[in-house]
Amino acid sequence: MNPDDGFGQLKFRDPTRARGLRNALHHLVRQANHAPVSVMHVCGSHEQAIAKFGLRAAFPQELQVIMGPGCPVCVTDVPEVDEAVALAKQGVRIASYGDMLRVPGTSQSLADAKAEGAKVDVVYSVTQAAELARKHDDELVFFASGFETTAVATAAVLLDDPPDNFSVLSAHKYIPPVMEIVAEMPETKIEGFLAAGHAATITGWGVFEKFVERHELPVVIAGFEPLDVLAGLVKLLEVINSGVPRVENAFPRCVTREGNIQAQKLLWRVFRPTGGRWRGIAHVPNGNLRLRDEFARYDARKRFTIDASTLWIYAPPKLVQQCQCGDIMAGIASPSDCPLFGKECTPDTPVGACMVSAEGTCKIWHQYGGRPDLRSMKRGVA
Amino acid sequence: MIRNARLIDERITLKYGTGGGAMRALIEQVFAKGLGEVGEDGIGLAAMDDGAAIRIGDRYLVITTDSHVVQPIEFPGGDIGRLAVSGTVNDLAMMGATEPLALTCAVIIEDGFSRHALERIWQSIRQTCGEAGTTIVTGDTKVMGHGELDGVVLNTTGIGLTSRLVSDAGLRPGDQILVSGTMGDHGLAIMATRNELALRTTLQSDVAPVHTLVRLALDVGGESVVALKDPTRGGLSSTLHEMASKSGVGIIIDEAAVPLSEEVRAVGEILGIDPLVAANEGKAVFGVRPERAAAVLDAIRSHPLGRNAAIVGECVAERPGFVVLDTGFGSRLLAEAEGELLPRIC
Repeated sequence: MNPDDGFGQLKFRDPTRARGLRNALHHLVRQANHAPVSVMHVCGSHEQAIAKFGLRAAFPQELQVIMGPGCPVCVTDVPEVDEAVALAKQGVRIASYGDMLRVPGTSQSLADAKAEGAKVDVVYSVTQAAELARKHDDELVFFASGFETTAVATAAVLLDDPPDNFSVLSAHKYIPPVMEIVAEMPETKIEGFLAAGHAATITGWGVFEKFVERHELPVVIAGFEPLDVLAGLVKLLEVINSGVPRVENAFPRCVTREGNIQAQKLLWRVFRPTGGRWRGIAHVPNGNLRLRDEFARYDARKRFTIDASTLWIYAPPKLVQQCQCGDIMAGIASPSDCPLFGKECTPDTPVGACMVSAEGTCKIWHQYGGRPDLRSMKRGVA
Repeated sequence: MIRNARLIDERITLKYGTGGGAMRALIEQVFAKGLGEVGEDGIGLAAMDDGAAIRIGDRYLVITTDSHVVQPIEFPGGDIGRLAVSGTVNDLAMMGATEPLALTCAVIIEDGFSRHALERIWQSIRQTCGEAGTTIVTGDTKVMGHGELDGVVLNTTGIGLTSRLVSDAGLRPGDQILVSGTMGDHGLAIMATRNELALRTTLQSDVAPVHTLVRLALDVGGESVVALKDPTRGGLSSTLHEMASKSGVGIIIDEAAVPLSEEVRAVGEILGIDPLVAANEGKAVFGVRPERAAAVLDAIRSHPLGRNAAIVGECVAERPGFVVLDTGFGSRLLAEAEGELLPRIC
């Protein structure tokens, strides 16, 4: 039927195998003998895969797959956005990923600053930001967001003799510490975690062993094709049912126990972990990645005097106070629990950061129609 | 009934131009307000169809107009001139007027624009008019200051006659959805030319007049062709959403059945853009009664531009106004394009 069916033949997108895994999942959830079974993934790309391939309609009703704080754009805190906006308004050229432009700060986003005439460029990579700095004589600050995966790319550019007028305002975050926070939240009844395959490609799966020991919660590393997600969930349910919490790697074609040691070296040579707030979640010890002192000359926070105080004279609109992004990212609430979702808060007019980013739960749910129960949809004349 | 009706903002931003719900709200709340009727049986602006129809005796005069602002002006597989003529001829065809009588073309040029480029565009307009069996009969020329517009803007209007109007609102449960070929070719070819993405592809726009293909389908399908639309801005998704909400049916699409070229699929994955929301400029989407669907499909496939045509879905009574995508793994609601199509960052 299809003119060229190369993609259909990819084995990680084979619907027949998917059916087998779905059946296994149903069987394991029944075996768990309690409902609901709640598991959490901590990666926007997992939510994308689940939404894009319509997997929620295929999950057993008794399985709750909750999205945790897995969107680096969403957890970028207000003061970090304020720093970028203040720099832009001071006349410094800012480059960042498209999603970061619309994340609200105290009173303004980078997009607002741009509309008022500030120099703000959208880039697709840190490399492109460095190239942009080479083309301009004036100062260029890369407002860097992303987890350890993206932070490695930033580190590599800083170690590769970047131009003198280039610096970094780091809002990079480190995932393992926030899993500790979420696991300890009294409201969460998480029985296991699905960890992000791409981040684990860097960190290795061994990084989760101590976590499992401390919290007695299993962690399964999973990839992002539909079969990867299903296989990861099957493995997670198996471990939950076994009653022996451990780390399992369901993404062995990319992830090893040690991870990418070269990338880890780059990461920790340039960055140091430090505590800081994640928007809507909490103060996360060691959750933020900041530049080490040796890289001070590329650190926008040290290179410039950033005065964001003029942005704080502002009363937040009532809508913001109703925003549930924090609870949604902590896995306590769903977008459908939020009174603003799809009404006052849409991708056109986002109130919270979860509606801004392509990896935000609210944006994804809005784009793919929330979680309507499509299990019963049948073809043919009704 | 238009779904997603919402109040428009104080300022008109780019999102109002992407062909989705925001633009429909703008048309409803500003443009279509307080305009008179179009006469008995006519179709006016409020219907938000591909064009308007005015009844003259036992036939309809179909009128459609379009402005073209594509960047880059010359792109793989076509240019702004071919786009303008094809777009207008196709809009006429989607109302049932498959013999375009004549076109007009207004040109707004930026101070300093290259004469050679303008001549190339005009050569392309002449050639595409030749393919479509029509011509430009009148026009208008304006030049604006440097920086006041981006190169050149074309506006084309077309007229044609038909004895039967095909709307995009005639669907009922059981009707089959057909597409005339691969989806997303134009949108992704244009996206891939954005040099900041540093992609080198052989993607080609599908821009072409498809009125003869539509005529074949209407000759074979007759009254059984109950909905017809070209999936331009907003792609197949916007087209299906409009058809579903105007007809008051739900539509289930079998994702594996939607024809996609392998390169469009790959580039779409890389950029995070679903080819089903990317524009087409040489395709048509048909809603056909089930008993004639196979015959109409055969007719479309016999046309050189319809070789990859396929039946991709079916109308249902459940969830009127919604489009459900059966992914083969599960199902989800098909997303409609919102705002500017920007690639995801990771």
